[in-house]
Amino acid sequence: MRRYNWKTLSWEIWMIIVALVFCLPFYLLIAVALKSPADLFTTSPSSFPIPPNFANFGVAWQASAGGGLGVALMSSLIITVGTLVVLIVFGSLCAYALARRPGKLSNVLYFLFVLGIIVPFQLSIIPLYVGFRHLGLVGTYLGMIILWVGIGSPMTVFLYTGFVRSLPKDYEEAAKLDGASALRTFWSVVFPLLRPATGTVAILMGLFIWNDFFTSLVFLGGSNHQTLPVVIYSFVGQYVSQWEYVFAAVILAILPVVIFFVIAQRQLIRGFAGGIRG
Amino acid sequence: MDESVVTPDKTTTYRRRRDGSEATGARRSSKRALGRVPWWFVIPGVASILVLRYLPSIAGGTYAFTDWTGAGLSAHWTGVANFRQVLSDSATGGAVWRTILLAIAFVIVVNVVGIALAVSLRAALRTRTLLRALFFLPFTLSQLATAYIWQFILAYDGPVNALLKAVGLGSLVQTWLSSPIFAILAVLVVLVWQYTGLTMIVYLAGLESISEELDEAASVDGASFGQKFRHVTFPLLAPAMTIAVTLTLIYGLGAFDQIIGLTGGGPVDSTQTLATQVWQQTFVYGKYGEGSALALIFAIVVSVLSLGLMAVLRMREERLQR
Repeated sequence: MRRYNWKTLSWEIWMIIVALVFCLPFYLLIAVALKSPADLFTTSPSSFPIPPNFANFGVAWQASAGGGLGVALMSSLIITVGTLVVLIVFGSLCAYALARRPGKLSNVLYFLFVLGIIVPFQLSIIPLYVGFRHLGLVGTYLGMIILWVGIGSPMTVFLYTGFVRSLPKDYEEAAKLDGASALRTFWSVVFPLLRPATGTVAILMGLFIWNDFFTSLVFLGGSNHQTLPVVIYSFVGQYVSQWEYVFAAVILAILPVVIFFVIAQRQLIRGFAGGIRG
Repeated sequence: MDESVVTPDKTTTYRRRRDGSEATGARRSSKRALGRVPWWFVIPGVASILVLRYLPSIAGGTYAFTDWTGAGLSAHWTGVANFRQVLSDSATGGAVWRTILLAIAFVIVVNVVGIALAVSLRAALRTRTLLRALFFLPFTLSQLATAYIWQFILAYDGPVNALLKAVGLGSLVQTWLSSPIFAILAVLVVLVWQYTGLTMIVYLAGLESISEELDEAASVDGASFGQKFRHVTFPLLAPAMTIAVTLTLIYGLGAFDQIIGLTGGGPVDSTQTLATQVWQQTFVYGKYGEGSALALIFAIVVSVLSLGLMAVLRMREERLQR
C-alpha cells in the first residue's frame, strides 16, 4: 500500500474542491427551491434563503397537470416495476438457454439481441405508436410496459448471457439428476444464482425506465397516466421561469432516485461496473 | 436441437448413473440429453424483440419511402422523396451534421474527463468512495430535470451572469441560450456533466485490472507520472475505452431529453439533432413519412458509427495486447 503523505493530502484537498464545484448545480437546485417568489427577484441567484421557504413544495405537489406529482410518482413506479418483472423473467430464461445451448442458432439469436442494443429504438417507435393507438394501448400502463419490454430486452439478455456463461454447471446438473424438470431447475437453482446479474439489470434498466422522457412523452402525453418526467415537462411549460416552483418539482421528482442512491450507492456503482465489464 | 429426446425416464438414468454399471457411451449421451435446456425458454425473449423491435423497425424503414400519414397501414410508394425533402429542409438537413459533430465532441470530452477522474480517484484518498459517488450521482438522475437546472444556471438573471458581473466581466453578460453557438456548447456541457460519472466508473473498473506491482515496478524504474500514464496505464485501459467510447457515442448521438429541456431545439433550430427532429416531424407536425425517413437516417448513422468505432477500438485492443 502506498503511504498517505503530504502529497496525497494536497491531492485530496484539490479533488474535494473539484467535486464541490461539480456539485454546485445541486446547491443551486436546493437554494432556489427554498426561496419565496419575492426572494428570487431581490436576492442574488446563488444566495441561500434565510429562513427557507417550504411552501413551494406544496405548490409543486398539487399544481401540476394530470393529477399532480402523486399520480405521476405512482405511474412511474407501476411502469418501472411492471417492466422490470417481465424483463427479468423473459431475459433470464432466454439468456440461460442461449448460454447453455451453444451453436449456430444460439449465436444468431444472441446477435439479434446485441444488434438491438446498437440500433436506436426510435426507428421502431413510429409504427409501434400507430399500432398501439389502433389497439387502444396508447396512454395506458400496459402499453408502456409492453413497449419497454421491447426496448429493454436486448440489454437485459446481453447482461444475463455474459453472466450465465461464467456460471459453473454443477448445481443445475445435480438438480436435473435428482429428477427436477428444466423449468424447476431454472427457477429454484439457476435463478437464485443469477442474483448479481438480476441486481445489475434491475438497477440499470430501472434507471432507464424511471428517467425515460421520450417514449413517455409520445405514448402518455396528455393522458391521466403520465410519468414524472412528462409531468415535470408540462409543469415547466405552465410555470415558465418561476424557478422556485420548477425546482421544488424537480427535487420531488428526483428524490426517490437520490434516496435509493444514498442507500445503495456502493452496490449500485459496483453492480454497474461489473455488469458493464461482463 | 431436438428436445423431444430428452430423458424419457429420468429415474432410470439416475439409478444407472449411481451404480455406474452402464456402458459409458450410452450414459454420456443420456446425461447430455438430460442436461439440455429446452429451446422454448428463448421464445418469450426472442418474440419480444422480433415483434417489438425488428418488425416495427422494418415497417418504419419501409414507410420512410412512402407518403404514409399514420392513419392506417395504407401508403403510396414515393421513392426517395421524403429523404430529398428532409435533407433540403434547413432544420432537418442541418440536424444530421450537428448530431454527428455534437456526439464526437461529447465523446472526446467526456472520455478525457472520465479518465482524468478515474486516475485521480484511484489514489489512496480517504474520501475517494464519497467523491466517486458525488461524480456518479448526476448519471442516475432524470436527464430532463438536469437540463432544467442548467437552464436556470445559464438564464439571463442566473448565477453565471451574476458571477461575471461580480468579477468585473459584466460586458460578457448575455442570454447564453439565445446564442446559437453558446446554446449548442451548453448542450455539450450538460451532457458531459451528466455522463462523466459513467465514464469514470468504467475506467475505474478498467484500472482495477492493472496490478499495483506493475505500477510500482514502473515507479521503481524511475518513470515519471506522465511516462507511467503513457506507457503503462493508458494502453492497459484499452478494453475499458472500447466500452466507454461506444456507450457514450450511443448516448451522444441519441441525446434528446437534455436538448428539449435546455433549448427546445432553438434558437432557430440551432440545437436540433436527429433525435429531436424525428420527434418533432412525426409527433408534433404529424409528418409520418418524413419522420420515418429521419428515423431511418438516424438508425443508419448510429449503427454505422458505433459498429465502425467498436471494430476500430477492438483492433486497437488486440494491437496493444501484443
